[in-house]
Amino acid sequence: MSAVMEEFPKTIDDIDFREEFAKVGIGEILDELDRDLVGLKPVKTRIREISSLLLVEQIRQRLGFTTEAPTLHMSFTGNPGTGKTTVALRMAKILRQLGFVRQGQLISVTRDDLVGQYIGHTAPKTKEILKKAIGGVLFIDEAYYLYRPDNERDYGQEAIEILLQVMENQREDLVVILAGYADRMDKFFTLNPGFRSRIAHHIDFPDYNDSELFSIGETMLERQNYRLSPSAREAMTGYIVRRREQPHFSNARSIRNALDRARLRQANRLVAQQNPVRPEMLMIIEAEDILASRVFQDRGGMDSLDNLASDFEGKS
Amino acid sequence: MRITQGCFSFLPDLTEIQITRQIQYCLDQGWAVNIEYTDDPHPRNTFWEMWGHPMFDIRDAKAIMGELNECRKMHEECYIRLSAFDASHTWESLRISFIVQRPSHEPGFMLVRQETEGRNLRYETRAYVMEKPQGSRYAKP
Repeated sequence: MSAVMEEFPKTIDDIDFREEFAKVGIGEILDELDRDLVGLKPVKTRIREISSLLLVEQIRQRLGFTTEAPTLHMSFTGNPGTGKTTVALRMAKILRQLGFVRQGQLISVTRDDLVGQYIGHTAPKTKEILKKAIGGVLFIDEAYYLYRPDNERDYGQEAIEILLQVMENQREDLVVILAGYADRMDKFFTLNPGFRSRIAHHIDFPDYNDSELFSIGETMLERQNYRLSPSAREAMTGYIVRRREQPHFSNARSIRNALDRARLRQANRLVAQQNPVRPEMLMIIEAEDILASRVFQDRGGMDSLDNLASDFEGKS
Repeated sequence: MRITQGCFSFLPDLTEIQITRQIQYCLDQGWAVNIEYTDDPHPRNTFWEMWGHPMFDIRDAKAIMGELNECRKMHEECYIRLSAFDASHTWESLRISFIVQRPSHEPGFMLVRQETEGRNLRYETRAYVMEKPQGSRYAKP
């Protein structure tokens, strides 16, 4: 211990981490993350850990202990609608505050944005996206679609090679976040060991439980100046339980879509009303708006809206 | 003869860091940066060849420096300039333009006197390099 201390002249001040933390302003972002996002305990803990690591790294760079840019590429795994994109946006902010990316924009892409249609189309397309992402974070959703093992002439391989090269050589210019289902990502990493070794942080997003989904729904409605009537609250609780059993369940996204449809039904109900309504009725979602959903009917009479929407949810 | 035009024309050539910072300024204003090159040095030659497209939606100067270096590699002995286009309503035009590369040797212009009716003279400036075809005007020494 004392040997270590002697190496440094006393002129270098002690490091006050509280002050450092306040100076970069990530404390507020982390608090915001805790406040705005329901649940996701393990994710929040990981983000805090990574932030601390980055802060220490930043100070070490300033003191000249390290000169190399750290590897910051990450992978976010989890089911759809568990908040991967939202957290990626916050991550971009944190990285920007700590000075690990210069601008802090988040460019969200999928295979279609990177891979071309014919020979010679992929490289310019990928480079175009990379140019936009420089200085920020490149978020590749469902990254495993980049690699199609069944087709060895697939152009995705070309995009992968360019990405790997940039991830290695331009570490100080951009951070790549790969996202997708956990099992498929695992397979993708086994088939592409180059990616695994270049990714420093793996974060797993757990599914929300029913009460978390409920409070997510409430927050969403609150933001749009709606609220649930007491009977609608009950209906919503029932809806969440039933919706989970249905195919294409995608956590918070399903809830958002369900609420969008409930708003639609509410509007329909209000417009069809014969008598004048109180203005506050425009804010209240009633139980019938939710109970009209397909999930409450045992087969047969399907709500066409619900049907259509769940088809889409499964895809994104 | 050292050719100058556009912004910063009275300053010495910009360094890499200065160019980067000028680009970052343009991007921060929301302008789209273009790279253009030519080997016709005449001041009235306003239409230069474009290197790629105007670069919209780019946030960091490093991306444009990458393109600029590609262009430099392909056109080592050419003039290269950067310009930034402001797409906002009522501007819709270039806001800035400056030279970022010049050939290693610039022979300059000759003055041609043409004798016309009476004892009138017409003057013409003609770049020495223009005698050669495009692409071979500033051959590497």
